[in-house]
Amino acid sequence: MTTTVSPPQARPESESETQVRQNWSERLAPYAYIAPFFLIFAIFGLVPLLFTFYVALFDWNPIGEHVFVGFDNFNRLLGDTRFWNAAWNTISIWLLSTVPQLLVALVLAHLLNHARLRLALFWRMSMLVPYITSVAATTIVFAQMFDRDYGLLNWLLGLVGVEPINFLQSGWGSHAMIAVMVAWRWFGYTTLLYLASLQAVPRTIYEAAAVDGAGAWKQFRHISIPSLRPVIVFTIVTSTIGGLQIFTEPLLVTTTSPLTCGSARQCQTLTLFLYEQGFGQFQFGYGSAIGVALFVLIIAIASLNYVLSTRIRPERG
Amino acid sequence: MKKADRVRWWTYLLLAVATLACVFPLYWMFVVATTDTAVATRMPPEIIPGENFFHLAGLVFSTVPFVRSIINSVIVAGSIGVGHAVLCSLAGFAFAKLRFRGRNALFLVVVLTMTVPTQLAVIPQYMIISSLGWVDTLQALIVPGLASAFGIFWMRQHLSTTISDEILQAARIDGATTWQIFWRIAFPLVRPAAFVLGLLGFVTAWNDFLWPFIVLKSPEMYTAQIAIKALQNNYVVDLGLAMSGSFLATLPLLVLFVFVGRRMVAGIMDGAFKG
Repeated sequence: MTTTVSPPQARPESESETQVRQNWSERLAPYAYIAPFFLIFAIFGLVPLLFTFYVALFDWNPIGEHVFVGFDNFNRLLGDTRFWNAAWNTISIWLLSTVPQLLVALVLAHLLNHARLRLALFWRMSMLVPYITSVAATTIVFAQMFDRDYGLLNWLLGLVGVEPINFLQSGWGSHAMIAVMVAWRWFGYTTLLYLASLQAVPRTIYEAAAVDGAGAWKQFRHISIPSLRPVIVFTIVTSTIGGLQIFTEPLLVTTTSPLTCGSARQCQTLTLFLYEQGFGQFQFGYGSAIGVALFVLIIAIASLNYVLSTRIRPERG
Repeated sequence: MKKADRVRWWTYLLLAVATLACVFPLYWMFVVATTDTAVATRMPPEIIPGENFFHLAGLVFSTVPFVRSIINSVIVAGSIGVGHAVLCSLAGFAFAKLRFRGRNALFLVVVLTMTVPTQLAVIPQYMIISSLGWVDTLQALIVPGLASAFGIFWMRQHLSTTISDEILQAARIDGATTWQIFWRIAFPLVRPAAFVLGLLGFVTAWNDFLWPFIVLKSPEMYTAQIAIKALQNNYVVDLGLAMSGSFLATLPLLVLFVFVGRRMVAGIMDGAFKG
């Protein structure tokens, strides 16, 4: 789609006619400028989201019939162990990736926020390398590094006498593996966001604290963290919304049974389960019910996080 | 006070570890992409690149239409990058500098849409694309990504701090239309910010996976990411082949990053969260 706005053409018309036309186009201009976003969001975001709730009430075959079944899909979903398994996997992977990612970013941002740090640009640019690397490439590399037989990690563990770990086949192992990929991709970006906020804190506050004898940890705890509050809330909410929709990593991490992320569904997330049911088995209705469940989960966890994280307050003393 | 002001040695140590963690997987990708499977599966692992890069790269190009995939990715990501830079600047300009009925409420709506998870609605999204007849086309990837709430938020921030109302008033008195004010005055002034936003849009679109994976059917329409998946599927799991494809699909962005990385860092840090 191209922009819906075209510059008003100046044509040789009578004075008043031009005036009227210009008034109209001038008054509508702001709406025309914001219209593309609202159109795109409506067609490809809002309408599909609402339609998900509708399709979920049907037995909906993409090339066959649509039969209204009421809440049958949801009843089936609640009794489906594959659904609960996927829900657990999703939450587990999200927690394992988000918590360490945000903590590491906090520490790195604090370290980078030093006026006399050398090579400042070099450090910052390196942190952004994972962000520009595609998820597909990332997943294939990390899957190799975590491989049981030929992986770099197991080779290193072998050097210190640890038996090879079959990360992919175990529940926690596959979760940790995927969590590492997600965290790797985002921690640098988050670090830069935190660093930007830290730099807005006047340096004199840190200097005054140092004069009063506050060491690195105390400065971090009592100055850095409280001043980062808004950006921490932002990153927690966005990483919740993104982290609960993980799809590409579990799909690409195995080559044998990609749609279930392993034969025991050990790392199948809800989005992957949705894809399997919707596009693997052509059950659009059941797939949409999974979408609704995921929506409820995301809204619940995001609001919980929001409430919890707005409690980060400046500490006294 | 002097003492607290110095950068400690362990600061550099930790930063070096973090940098290594960021860069090593890419290096490792290159190592495996240059060695044949026999070497890649040898223990202890080779950590020096081999000599097989061109052989494997050749295999990538003969297994999937990889040149075509890269071109498709450039078309999609390029259109989205440019669309983002222009459309989000335009909307950001309206929200930052124009007065109109419902402005604040509409801007609130824009911000709220950022919190709406839309990826879970892929089934109806696919149905809409299908009813438009866009399945297996590139516009199915381009159109939905042309503008974003994040981009509007970002550009509004830049426009409201960069452009003074006096300039706009002066232009109006001289008889400039709103469009002329945007295109001749406002946009040139925020072009650096719009450029970074376009880059972010480009990178996101280049690396997108789920949506192209659902919408694209034929190998000639694949983007680079979907081509990687096709390489991974290919008969015997040839690790070197998949890695080689991954490396080749990442290379254009790495080259781009060398030139514009500094501006991307500055742009991200200059973004929505100052203070």
